[in-house]
Amino acid sequence: MASVSIDGIVKNYGPTPVLRNVSLSIADGEFLTLLGPSGCGKSTLLRVLAGLEMQDAGSILIGGQVVDGLRPKRRDVAMVFQSYALYPHMTVAANIALPLRMRRLTAIQRLPLLGRLLPGRARIAAETDMEVTRTAKSLDIGHLLTRKPGQLSGGQRQRVAVGRAMVRHPAVFLMDEPLSNLDSKLRVQMRAEIKELHQRLGGTFVYVTHDQAEAMTLSDRVAVMLDGELLQVAPPQDIYDDPSDRRVAEFIGSPKINILEGVMRERGLIDVAGSTLKIDAAALPGMHLSLGIRPEALHLADQAGQSTLTGSVRMIEHMGSDLFVHLDLAGPDQPLVARLPAEYGPRIIPGQTLHVGIRPERVLLFTPDGRRLRGQVELSRPSVTPLREAAR
Amino acid sequence: MRGPRAISGAHHELSSRGGASRFRCPTASKAPGRGLRETLAAWILAGPSVFFLLMLYCLPVIGVFVIAFTDWRFGAATLSFVGLDNFREVIADEGFRSSLRNTAIYLLIVVPSTVSLGLLIALLIEGGKSCRSFYRAIHFLPFMATMSAMAIAWEALLHPTIGLVNQTLSAIGMPAANWLRDEHTVLPALAAIGIWQNLGFAMVLFLAGLKSIPKDIYDAADVDGADLWLDRLRTVTLPMLGPVSMFVVIVVALRAFASFDTVKVLTQGGPGHASEMLLYTLYRESFEYLRTGYGAAIAVVFLAIVVTLTLVQAHLMDRKVHYQ
Repeated sequence: MASVSIDGIVKNYGPTPVLRNVSLSIADGEFLTLLGPSGCGKSTLLRVLAGLEMQDAGSILIGGQVVDGLRPKRRDVAMVFQSYALYPHMTVAANIALPLRMRRLTAIQRLPLLGRLLPGRARIAAETDMEVTRTAKSLDIGHLLTRKPGQLSGGQRQRVAVGRAMVRHPAVFLMDEPLSNLDSKLRVQMRAEIKELHQRLGGTFVYVTHDQAEAMTLSDRVAVMLDGELLQVAPPQDIYDDPSDRRVAEFIGSPKINILEGVMRERGLIDVAGSTLKIDAAALPGMHLSLGIRPEALHLADQAGQSTLTGSVRMIEHMGSDLFVHLDLAGPDQPLVARLPAEYGPRIIPGQTLHVGIRPERVLLFTPDGRRLRGQVELSRPSVTPLREAAR
Repeated sequence: MRGPRAISGAHHELSSRGGASRFRCPTASKAPGRGLRETLAAWILAGPSVFFLLMLYCLPVIGVFVIAFTDWRFGAATLSFVGLDNFREVIADEGFRSSLRNTAIYLLIVVPSTVSLGLLIALLIEGGKSCRSFYRAIHFLPFMATMSAMAIAWEALLHPTIGLVNQTLSAIGMPAANWLRDEHTVLPALAAIGIWQNLGFAMVLFLAGLKSIPKDIYDAADVDGADLWLDRLRTVTLPMLGPVSMFVVIVVALRAFASFDTVKVLTQGGPGHASEMLLYTLYRESFEYLRTGYGAAIAVVFLAIVVTLTLVQAHLMDRKVHYQ
């Protein structure tokens, strides 16, 4: 177990910057998720952590020790790959045993025939076998030890990969989209198992995913990455309720957050999509603002009034428990999506004019450059940059 | 691994959707006469291939089998069946046995050397950074060249007095040899040419095999601690090349087994019978001595060995290929 500290990591592939000065510290035993769309650099950051790629600048500390330039095996990390990367020619037992064999046996002891004759090897092999069996049993794959990966299902392979990672009790577990090759049902199940594994082992987990559901359910903290930068690092609920950047707000949440462009009329009033909303914002009159409104922050209103928007129903999606109603507003091209209780279902039909009310405290305000405008923050004061937020 | 699965998934979706709306499922509607029409269409479509397969492969093989039981001489108007006489003679013939022995020795030199050198060169090229395609091309060239023409070039190189090999050897004070006229050196010399020719072929197959090893597995080996060159080779590279190696061994063995050009052009089986190999013996018996019946019996033996090798390959590949 160890803390991890990532300090100003820069990585370029040729002229293309992949990681731009990423800093992050992860506490001992924390479950941290790197979340971002594909190509945002999250996997590269994980590979730099593992030592599979070298950063161009910056430093990595694991357990307080600088590990820059150390080979992966000297970093006391274990990794679970998206493709599982099991050795297809070895049995499950041999796959799980390999990290132990490589560490405990000398090169000569590992020789195919001669190695068996050397003193000490039999004892080490017996110990290794015992640990492999114990690990496999704890993952419920004890009965598969003699099989080869090709004979296993996706979920079983996944467990073998986890077993290979945990068998030598590494300080840090690195997981690179470990669930994305599984079908959705199995994914939910394995998600719960990974969470349980983290609680049982108590190790530091760094988990890469593009799936926000995984990030939200598994993590102690989520680090949202985009274009090689950390936008925000915070507990899942804060990422959702209190995003510090418009891009974070747009990335998290399904259906996506509604973004409406508005103009500050006077203190406390914002013109948006043909209505005027009563929202207290620290902005000067005439200033353009983006309003982020989560679909569930909207509710049905009987009539137009203050803090309501009016539009015609374009489409209704029944989700069973909820109703996603797409409204065409006067002005913006994008429809406004409202999440309403399912019992409204029979009453709403396409083409109908609908009024939806907004709770002002649920509206997230963003400046035109995408930064969050918090109620209390005065405009003259520079707002906190995402990077400094991340390093906190 | 994800690619093909994704594609097949998409295909499945496409075909099931199409099947429901536009096309009638073939198994669902078994209209009378439909089966017959389909069978007919199948035969018409497969017809040309079946015809040529029969004419060019099956009939000649059957012909050889029939001729092997006769005393037919090439061009003769009559023939009579002699039962197993030809085969008895083949087994008893010292010339045939030495030919078989020479072929075996040739095979034992060529196959291991070609496979290990091919693998080594493939590893070197794959491990290097620059001029990869140049090295690939230059090693593959001999395989592309016409062997009988190349044999003449080799003859010049191996010439006892003016050949480059002997001149070089004597320049550095090593004993020269009359490579193609000495019964001790002729087989190794031919084998060296065989290795030179097949090396590029083995290398290209190994390169393809190396390329198909997922990079993730090397990364996993790195993290697991198998990060030294030899460990990586033993943990990942060699086992993952298993199916390719098996294929290379069998194909090179078959090619070595059927080598003919060098013998015909360079030695004609000489000196004595020191470089006589199976295919050359077959050729000489059938087309120089015109003992076609006897030659056909050799061809049957030859075919039996080739088929055995191929079956062994198919069996091993079946067992070994289930990797992923």
